[in-house]
Amino acid sequence: MLIPHPLLGLRDAQEFTYLGDARLIDRPDGMAEGAEAAFAEYVYLRDNPAGVHRELWFHEQGDRSWLIVTRDTVTHEILGAELARNVALAANGGEA
Amino acid sequence: MHFSGFRVIKEALTGHKGWKPLWRNPEPQSSYDYIIVGGGGHGLATAYYLARTFGQARIAVLEKGWLGQGNIGRNTTIIRSNYMLPGNEPFYEFSMKLWEGLEQEFNFNAMISQRGVLNLCHTDAQRDAFRRRGNAMLLAGADAELLDAAGVRAMAPFLNFDNARFPIKGGLLQRRGGTARHDGVAWGYARGADMRGVDLIQNCEVTGFRIEGGRIQGVETSRGYIGAKKVGVAVAGSTGRVMAMAGMRLPIESHVLQAFVTEGLKPVIPGVITFGAGHFYVSQSDKGGLVFGGDIDGYNSYAQRGNLPVIEDVAEGGMALMPMIGRARLLRVWGGIMDMSMDGSPIIDHTHVEGLYLNAGWCYGGFKATPASGYAFAHLLARDAPHDTAKGYRLDRFARGYVIDEKGVGAAPNLH
Repeated sequence: MLIPHPLLGLRDAQEFTYLGDARLIDRPDGMAEGAEAAFAEYVYLRDNPAGVHRELWFHEQGDRSWLIVTRDTVTHEILGAELARNVALAANGGEA
Repeated sequence: MHFSGFRVIKEALTGHKGWKPLWRNPEPQSSYDYIIVGGGGHGLATAYYLARTFGQARIAVLEKGWLGQGNIGRNTTIIRSNYMLPGNEPFYEFSMKLWEGLEQEFNFNAMISQRGVLNLCHTDAQRDAFRRRGNAMLLAGADAELLDAAGVRAMAPFLNFDNARFPIKGGLLQRRGGTARHDGVAWGYARGADMRGVDLIQNCEVTGFRIEGGRIQGVETSRGYIGAKKVGVAVAGSTGRVMAMAGMRLPIESHVLQAFVTEGLKPVIPGVITFGAGHFYVSQSDKGGLVFGGDIDGYNSYAQRGNLPVIEDVAEGGMALMPMIGRARLLRVWGGIMDMSMDGSPIIDHTHVEGLYLNAGWCYGGFKATPASGYAFAHLLARDAPHDTAKGYRLDRFARGYVIDEKGVGAAPNLH
């Protein structure tokens, strides 16, 4: 598989390590009410879809950036990749 | 129809006209007491033990394709009970004991061959870990032997003992481990279940669950609605998809695992051998092909085929362990979808829906567990209580902190 890195172009998937569902960047608030249940769900439960899946890949043997790759789990077709940092910043309204 | 040597001779003398299909091909009834979703090894074993051991009736197995088309038909056929943790080892040893009596019990040749499973160690620390695991196996009633390098050399002189990076220091041997004919296991269970009145319904895909007031009523299928008092789901790699229809998110990711077979060779490998410095395991089938495999590809997949980097990695493992394998030509490579759980151990439990039960999370160790998984799942379905050896396989163990993590790598399904 070749991953279209937003900064580096097409890179071999072997340069990356795989973490899993991109929802992992939405870490629950540890101080909030019900944090224990929220963390149990965050750590252990997954959607595991057959089809389009947004997932975290780490460019370990490259520029060491985290990417969110959109990929079809049935065909292995890669539909796009974006920097996880940009996605997280956009979700937080531009604040780190 | 009872199979025996006499029967083979009689049929040979009478032109083989007396053989009959192994099971009926019935139309689904409007309702059953038990519906098992998934006609693979675990589903068929569950139906078999429900009917045979637990004396239940009105049972159907629903399979979206043909019986045994999934992982039971595409694995590397290894049976063993060489686990360490108390939540696992008694269960796998129970499975081993069921394997030992299986062929006589269901009167079918599953070609069970206890030719030994040898795990190699390459460092002193690894030997210590093997000694500990061997002791845990002995405590659970299994057999285990720690071999030194000379002992391994006597068994398998063709290994690369003096590799500068991974010298072979010894191994942990389970003589009762070995291989079985995977299709034969599925067919034997299917035939045994059918003989006891279980309806095996093929080409019948479950498309939804009918749940009213928190209780299961039945399943929607591609062949219409079928009512059921209890529904057990044993669908391996499809678990996420199927259980999503009951509104469940699970501690499971589906991953692809590849397996390999070479051309047929004369007998060269005495049993099952696993490399301790990489991930590579190999055995030789009765037909002569070397059957081997390694790691999962490591990303979510439902594709039943993997990619080249893992093929390269497995080939490198094979070459490091036994250089002679480089002379063998690869015949086939294929992939299966593994239900990788968050701690590497399975789930056999009820769900939040009354009457809906789940058997999943077998990672890439499901084949060896087939008999005990079926037995324990049938026990749970029939008696609403977990089997003694499967008490740890609860769905809520993750949230409660009672994970059964043999490798100790944490909630990372692609590392188990």
